[in-house]
Amino acid sequence: MANNLKLIKNPLSKDNPITVQVLGICSALAVTAQLKPAVVMALSVTVVVALSNVVVSLLRNTIPPRIRIIVQLVIVSMMVILVDQVLKAFVYEVSKQLSVFVGLIITNCIVMGRLEAFAMSHKPGVSFLDGIGNGLGYAFILITMGFVRELFGSGTLWGFQVIPQALYNIGYENNGLMIMPPMALIIVGIIIWVHRSRNKDLCEK
Amino acid sequence: MKWIKNILDNMRPSFEEGGKLYAFHSLFDAMDTFFLTPETTTTSGCHIRDAVDNKRTMFTVVIALIPALLFGMYNIGYQHYLSIGEVHSYCENFWGNFWYGFLQVLPMILVSYIVGLGIECIFAQVRKHEVSEGYFVTGMLIPLICPPDVPLWQLAIAVAFAVIIGKEVFGGTGYNFLNPALVARAFLFFSYPSKMSGDSVWIAEQGDAISGATPLGEMLAGASAPHASMLDMFLGFVPGSVGETSVVAILLGAILLLVTGVASWRIMLSVFAGGAAMGVVFNLIGATPYMQMPFYEHFLIGGFMFGAVFMATDPVTAAQTNIGKYIYGALIGIMAVLIRVVNPAYPEGMMLSILLLNVFAPLIDYYVVEANIKRRTKRAKVLTKNN
Repeated sequence: MANNLKLIKNPLSKDNPITVQVLGICSALAVTAQLKPAVVMALSVTVVVALSNVVVSLLRNTIPPRIRIIVQLVIVSMMVILVDQVLKAFVYEVSKQLSVFVGLIITNCIVMGRLEAFAMSHKPGVSFLDGIGNGLGYAFILITMGFVRELFGSGTLWGFQVIPQALYNIGYENNGLMIMPPMALIIVGIIIWVHRSRNKDLCEK
Repeated sequence: MKWIKNILDNMRPSFEEGGKLYAFHSLFDAMDTFFLTPETTTTSGCHIRDAVDNKRTMFTVVIALIPALLFGMYNIGYQHYLSIGEVHSYCENFWGNFWYGFLQVLPMILVSYIVGLGIECIFAQVRKHEVSEGYFVTGMLIPLICPPDVPLWQLAIAVAFAVIIGKEVFGGTGYNFLNPALVARAFLFFSYPSKMSGDSVWIAEQGDAISGATPLGEMLAGASAPHASMLDMFLGFVPGSVGETSVVAILLGAILLLVTGVASWRIMLSVFAGGAAMGVVFNLIGATPYMQMPFYEHFLIGGFMFGAVFMATDPVTAAQTNIGKYIYGALIGIMAVLIRVVNPAYPEGMMLSILLLNVFAPLIDYYVVEANIKRRTKRAKVLTKNN
């Protein structure tokens, strides 16, 4: 039980896919200009990682090692297509906003990384938990970034005006750099900085 | 000077470890070394005995900036009164112009120094090193490269961003790979474009009498020649960022920097050479009015002059090797003119080209050093063969 809990808890901090393993950066920069797409993207990736972890784990003894990558890719693509269809059916607007990045979950390093590093050598149950944990670790960073970037970049959260009009009237302005990708990279950098200064064992010598 | 020493010596004990004001010791150190030469000397390694330390070098740059600063103040007032139709010639209402500009620029300088030095002090305190002197120059450069109308809170955020992200995360003065003043400028430019570009920001509280477009802005909009005369642009009586308009004032600073050897003449020379070369190429193509503009006018408009003299020559972020300096400078000049003329989204190419080359400077140095090693190994091999 303690081990299972660790599978969920570790990716949130000490083994975070974005800030420690530095995987999945591309989508983290691309979809976090607003909170809503960031949340949807985070959920999609969590679902894809968890489900493909389970499927690959079930097949792990029958997949020939030499073609395992291509088999994993097929499984991941299947999951991504499912997720994409669901998004198109229920949240069409967000799906249009995310555009190509849903499809690109296939090449998201977090998914491939977990399949290779975990699902290929563990049972379906724990693989599922590992997928959920890593998805949540990814989600945590994405949502933090989406929150900061939408709040300061557009003055809104989830599309609703948060910064009062009175502030704009006295000269406040939205920060245009916040909704550009460079600032996303800088925010990831700041998160990594804060994270490492709180966890000294993560710092390289 | 003796009385300053006495005051500082009296205060010293309470700032030393265990004293009640120990929390502010970095601030005290900064003031102490600012007024007096420190008594401690380097104990290890080979070193040069010289009266000029980092703090004095930096201060030379600040002194070199003074002509541009004073002229900038005068010009702000002049442009303001010109736009509301109260003055008509350069020297009319001299003190009025100056006073107006002074009141406009002083808060910018104060904000820049208070925010910047405040953050520097916090970092120095936490990381237990001295407050670095690099900020004296950065803090003066930032107001000089902003439009006179920039809101002070935006300036404060930009300064904080530049000092933290541009400098302190990499380890503080001497470790930054981007020029912090330009980081602040770039932050403002991309974050608040409406306050940093366009026609309405270059003249403080502009009247309707004349257009507030800078010569750069006019050229970008497709004018066949800048509205202002060559003399106006040379002397600096045109709208623009605080310190960038006057070529004369910047040249005065450049002379001081070159005579004292603080700035590299190699970089300055090659920036102008690169800019001129690219300008000539565009003159030969001549497809748009901007391309037909005589190449030397690029030096007069916008921040080319200011960037070449004060920004490109920053010893920390520039290339270190002599050949590298030529390459670095030339590419800055080429890129600046290229961005100005070809890219309609960015009126001023100087900021972007210097930042770009800041990033490439270590790479340039690496290949220059590699080439030198290769050359010398070759020579060594030839020699051993002959023996």
